[in-house]
Amino acid sequence: MIPEIGHFALIVALCMALVQGTLPIIGAARGIPRWMALARPVAQGQFVFVVIAYACLTYAFIHSDFSVLYVAEHSNSALPLIYRIAGVWGGHEGSLLLWILMLVIWMLAVTVFSRHLPEEMVARVLGVMGLVAVGFLSFILFTSNPFERLLPAAPDGQDLNPLLQDPGLAIHPPMLYMGYVGFSVAFAFAIAALLGGKLDATWARWSRPWTTVAWMFLTCGIALGSWWSYYVLGWGGWWFWDPVENASFMPWLVGTALIHSLAVTEKRGSFKSWTVLLAIFAFSLSLLGTFLVRSGVLTSVHSFASDPKRGLFILIFLVIVVGSSLLLYAWRAPKVGLGGSFALISRESLLLANNVLFAVAAGSVLLGTLAPLLVDALVAVGVLGQSNKISVGAPYFNTVFVPIMVFAVFLMGVGPVAKWKKASVPELAVRIRWGGAVALIVAAIMPFILGHWSWLVSLGILMAFWIIVTVAQGMMERLRVHGDRPWSERLLSLPKSFLGMQLAHLGVAVFILGVTVIGGYENGKDVRMEVGDTVEVGGYTFRFDGVIDATGPNYEASRGIISVFKNGTPVMELNPEKRVYRVQRQPMTIAAIDGGFLRHLFVALGEPVGNGAWSVRVYYKPLVSWIWLGCVMMALGGLLAISDRRYRTLARKQRESLQEQSGTANVALPSAPVLTRAEVKS
Amino acid sequence: MKPRHKRLAFILVGVAGLAVAAALILNAFRSNIVFAFSPSEVVSGKAPQDRSFRLGGLVEKGSVQRENDGLTVHFVVTDLAQTMKVTYKGILPDLFKEGQSAVSLGKMGSDGVFYAEEVLAKHDEKYMPPEVAKALEEAKKAKGMPATVNEGGSKQ
Repeated sequence: MIPEIGHFALIVALCMALVQGTLPIIGAARGIPRWMALARPVAQGQFVFVVIAYACLTYAFIHSDFSVLYVAEHSNSALPLIYRIAGVWGGHEGSLLLWILMLVIWMLAVTVFSRHLPEEMVARVLGVMGLVAVGFLSFILFTSNPFERLLPAAPDGQDLNPLLQDPGLAIHPPMLYMGYVGFSVAFAFAIAALLGGKLDATWARWSRPWTTVAWMFLTCGIALGSWWSYYVLGWGGWWFWDPVENASFMPWLVGTALIHSLAVTEKRGSFKSWTVLLAIFAFSLSLLGTFLVRSGVLTSVHSFASDPKRGLFILIFLVIVVGSSLLLYAWRAPKVGLGGSFALISRESLLLANNVLFAVAAGSVLLGTLAPLLVDALVAVGVLGQSNKISVGAPYFNTVFVPIMVFAVFLMGVGPVAKWKKASVPELAVRIRWGGAVALIVAAIMPFILGHWSWLVSLGILMAFWIIVTVAQGMMERLRVHGDRPWSERLLSLPKSFLGMQLAHLGVAVFILGVTVIGGYENGKDVRMEVGDTVEVGGYTFRFDGVIDATGPNYEASRGIISVFKNGTPVMELNPEKRVYRVQRQPMTIAAIDGGFLRHLFVALGEPVGNGAWSVRVYYKPLVSWIWLGCVMMALGGLLAISDRRYRTLARKQRESLQEQSGTANVALPSAPVLTRAEVKS
Repeated sequence: MKPRHKRLAFILVGVAGLAVAAALILNAFRSNIVFAFSPSEVVSGKAPQDRSFRLGGLVEKGSVQRENDGLTVHFVVTDLAQTMKVTYKGILPDLFKEGQSAVSLGKMGSDGVFYAEEVLAKHDEKYMPPEVAKALEEAKKAKGMPATVNEGGSKQ
């Protein structure tokens, strides 16, 4: 009964989405207030029904209802409770339901936090999101129903893929999807602006916090995925340029460009068309990401069994979304206009260069990710005669990425100190010369202190310190303004959005330091170890004390005992495991990691190689945690930025002005309030 | 500078930048692209001698041998028509098993053995990498008879 209720709730949600996707948009075009007013209640209703459906599926998982096919395929009676709850998104159908759940959460958020927006805008934004919901709800209902029954019921389930039975991975998909789906709000705002033909600084200010929040979630989601592959896949790497990783990285790159471009649109009214285009691409790439992961068209570590037919549905949906929004863009963008002008050297032009770099980066990742598909397609239509699978590996991405990021980081230092509208090169050079000199000196000396000198390490350190020094300089210049007041007061009086930017940029520096140091000074080896054997890595001695049997709730494990010594004194014991999950009989490596701020010790078991000996992977990884720390700082920077006062004061002012003007729907809002002017002066 | 000149400068700088970027990217792409070959193709000389490629196929049953150092592994990859000897030094992935599919990345040695730098095995019992599926299919075509695969088969 419960699964049927869930199924029925999804059908109701689809009907509501159909209403939401049509009437409010038509109402906004024709000026029918009653149709526009439908948007909010219908979106909220849809939220309720999707939550009911999601709860029903979770219920079936928790109660191990193996008469539901999806539950039987992805759960087991011995599965711990937390993985039964997380198991809901362990397969295709459920992760799609999660996608829709995220979409309605974002919709609900829009209905709640949009009271200060004109009715027309709300109607259009929610309408566009409704259309997206129609696409995904029909996808789930027509091709991948998670509530399908299995009669007679299975005696027990096939269990969740052991790779997914991990706390890090339990929260990775929701985070990532929050980010992916969050770009639908930015997308909806962009489409609404195109439909309305009006795009000004106020519009940018509305859509900016939404975009930043989506970007934050995406940042965290990608970082979690990277962290998971670091310790679960047992390889000890943190990024593999795997197609599925790329699929989440492309929207991130475009999203990063978008938040910078939105900043210009809000503060200077420039880049309007470009911002809209980026919003369209960010969401399109999120859809592409979903397509790549769910269709199984690419060879990837994530290639769990998946169904090409479903991929086709998403592909068609993708073509419709991208095609229609680009058509709309071509038709309406001239009306939106380009916005204010600026000089060849100005903060605008530097941000434009940043945007171009990020777009090029996203394009190069897209090329590398889709090339295998492209070759297959060319073979299929007969352009290429010989069928040959190709793959594009890490060397390509590294070759392309390093130079692009060198430029981007250079701009990251210059941009925030340059003036809007027109900056002078000599003045900029004078302002950044000391910072540049400090960064150069540190980059020349630091590698010797860390160990040995290499060009790449020196370059990485130069980039990181270039950011640190320019951030510090930016802070100092701001803090010097009211020199008579105490430091703490001056620090707190700085705009939160400025502090957020600085924190996020520092996060990039921390990230680069992590990547550089791990790349240059990682130390480790694969060795065969008998009981009592020792190996020396990174100043630590690892002694192999054998392997014992251990039992988990749903797996058997061989647990290695490795004692670690520093200068002859024992410092810790590490217990890497080799698990075999009972149901799927799939072996899995669980690395043992001693995490520290400055270094990780990483030990993983290979396999038994006779005489009680095992092959063992031992690594000393300096600063590896800084990679994820940097990501967290970037996300926190985003959080700080959206807590900026001006979003709240603006909301209040607009509510008041809306009420004053007798509540008509077509109020033209005051653009770029006084507050902006004050902040423009850097 | 007149606005018209300024716009022209913008466009020129932009186009030049993008052209350089595109050239660099395509160059990196060309020199780093990796092709996949089946054992049959390698035997018939289609695979490059001096460049890395991916070798896809099934790990032949009973072929996995370990040297005394516990790390160097020899195994045979087959597409059920031809076989190829592979040597790899390091820890094999969890799902590497005899009779299952594997993709190895590496180069041909002068002794006719494929030296792998990286071995990938699938991550799901039901999944077969496209490289392996293709290798098996082509070998099947070449032999003109159905290939017998010991597992669920490909998802193609």
